[in-house]
Amino acid sequence: MTAVMEAKGLSKHFQARRGLFGGSRGVVRAVDEISFAIEPGHTLGVVGESGCGKTTTAKLVLGLETPSGGSIQFEGRDLETLDAPGRRRYRKSVQAVFQDPYASLNPRMRISAIIAEPLVTNEKTTAADVRQRVLELLDLVGLPERSADLFPHEFSGGQRQRIAIARALVLSPQVIVLDEPVSALDVSIRAQILNLLRNLQTRLGLSYLFIAHDLAAVAHMSHEIVVMYLGKIVESGEARALALSPKHPYTKALFAAALPSHPDERSDEPVLQGEVPSPLAPPSGCHFHPRCPHATPRCAREAPRLRPVEGRQVACHLFD
Amino acid sequence: MANKLLSLENLSAHYVSQQGTRVVRAVDEVTLSLDAGETLGIVGESGSGKSTLALTILRLLPKAARIVGGRIMFEGEDLVDKPEAEMRRVRGKRIAMILQDPMASLNPLFTIGDQVGEPLRVHEGASRSSAWQRAIDLIKSVRIASPQTRVAQFPHEMSGGMRQRIVGAIGMSCEPRLLIADEPTTSLDLTIQAQYLDLLRELQRAHGLALIFITHNLGIVAKMCDQLAVMYAGRVVEQGPVSRVFSRPLHPYTKALLGSIPRMTEEREQLTAIDGQPPDLANLPAGCSFAARCPAAFARCQVEAPPAFTVEPGRSARCWLVAPAVHASIDQTIPLSRSAAS
Repeated sequence: MTAVMEAKGLSKHFQARRGLFGGSRGVVRAVDEISFAIEPGHTLGVVGESGCGKTTTAKLVLGLETPSGGSIQFEGRDLETLDAPGRRRYRKSVQAVFQDPYASLNPRMRISAIIAEPLVTNEKTTAADVRQRVLELLDLVGLPERSADLFPHEFSGGQRQRIAIARALVLSPQVIVLDEPVSALDVSIRAQILNLLRNLQTRLGLSYLFIAHDLAAVAHMSHEIVVMYLGKIVESGEARALALSPKHPYTKALFAAALPSHPDERSDEPVLQGEVPSPLAPPSGCHFHPRCPHATPRCAREAPRLRPVEGRQVACHLFD
Repeated sequence: MANKLLSLENLSAHYVSQQGTRVVRAVDEVTLSLDAGETLGIVGESGSGKSTLALTILRLLPKAARIVGGRIMFEGEDLVDKPEAEMRRVRGKRIAMILQDPMASLNPLFTIGDQVGEPLRVHEGASRSSAWQRAIDLIKSVRIASPQTRVAQFPHEMSGGMRQRIVGAIGMSCEPRLLIADEPTTSLDLTIQAQYLDLLRELQRAHGLALIFITHNLGIVAKMCDQLAVMYAGRVVEQGPVSRVFSRPLHPYTKALLGSIPRMTEEREQLTAIDGQPPDLANLPAGCSFAARCPAAFARCQVEAPPAFTVEPGRSARCWLVAPAVHASIDQTIPLSRSAAS
């Protein structure tokens, strides 16, 4: 199966300014030479803590940031080399659903206008066709037809997220970036939205880039998972295998820190100490070595490369 | 019941609009109890009344809300009719609280030492210098490195995890008997959250502290709590020991809630979603508040709200299905587990 989207050695570095008048500058390697592939109809889950680069990755995929290095290939073509119509087509093929449906819907627009907006700006269609498409989409995301003429404040969080999903679907995209799509919702509503997203994936053959901090939700939704730490991928592989037997010490610690789903599953594993270091001054060698229980002097000197370990990619000297 | 640290008896707190026309039953006939050193988890969705319940226990309700009935028995005293001056000696001293957002609960203009030492000065009349010294010890006890320098710093100089530890240190400063934590880790990263929960558990063991965790996260309850109370639309719909409730939930809402969380250990195509929305608290239905979303609802649920039935000692549920007469056939009447299968 050829990947619908592939990132190769993708990097995004930001110049950091210090003080009021600039002065000494540092570089934040928000995303540092990462590679991943999203297969058609599959979900790639991205996990990691604040500052690991998952949102920057999403922005790069959406074309909202330009990479400092590396490339993104879409259907086998490099984004850099696309001409204007090609880029327009790319933008239509890659859509997003964000975390907070209270912030992502314009309170002054009717639902029909919100959902139709991408269609109206991107394609030449008649008003009747637009209306028809809006009603189709409302039905697809499980909202009644009369929603079309209402305003966002008349909906609950879960319903708003359905509207945001309908808007993302209006241009029939191939890839949808889901940046924490359920974390702002109530527990009983989360399952509705996760179920809806999975149904839509099966019916429409969508690919998802799923970003979330709830590991169980990522494991539930994803086919493959990449784990990021300070801009780098430390481990990637098939979702279930990775969730059940993580290999990299950071992945292990992260999944050990995940909350149990039953009181009988409480673990007494020691908790990872320390905090994520500042991305302005990441530790030398392997970025994780100051917190790693298995660190050796080599880890401080030499950054490990991702290599295949039992059908998975792991960046750790333990697996040499 | 004399040895209970805290027991709430039929406690109700309602918000009333200015004209008295709209009444929001945020907390309605809640009966709960907690032993010294025990951890109680209160779980519910937004608007279920769990935060209002915490504010009610501390008598910190906003002006529009009032306690309309029931008792709050804490160490043998009823807090409901305690004069405000005496309540002030309870808050921060015998019952402390940790809120969700540490940046909002710390004053950006005062040093960490001033803020950690403040309860000691207020409640124990400690001098400025001894409060400062004890603040250093407290900062050390929440495992913050180099407390000597940290004590003189300001909140903006610390990370989110550290700030939340400082809030914990403030809560612990007067060695309270009960600590109420309202969503204490929602703003923290996963590994930082695990560190913080471990720290709370350690402090609890060291001081014989009772904890009330208010959360929407069932995982936190599974990890931390001994007892669980599930709130829905202002009422406690089910309560009991955590592992019993998780293994064999009685109320259809609890069942559905547990079925709706994804689990690492099992592969399911679909999660059990609960259809519909929670009801408007100002306009509750006549019968059971969950009836409209309940897959097992029958005629009686629509007209009459179920009381809390005690199913076994320490376990109760507000559901007609567990009423003594129907109880025998409970497993046949709730078809939820079927829809959970993939």
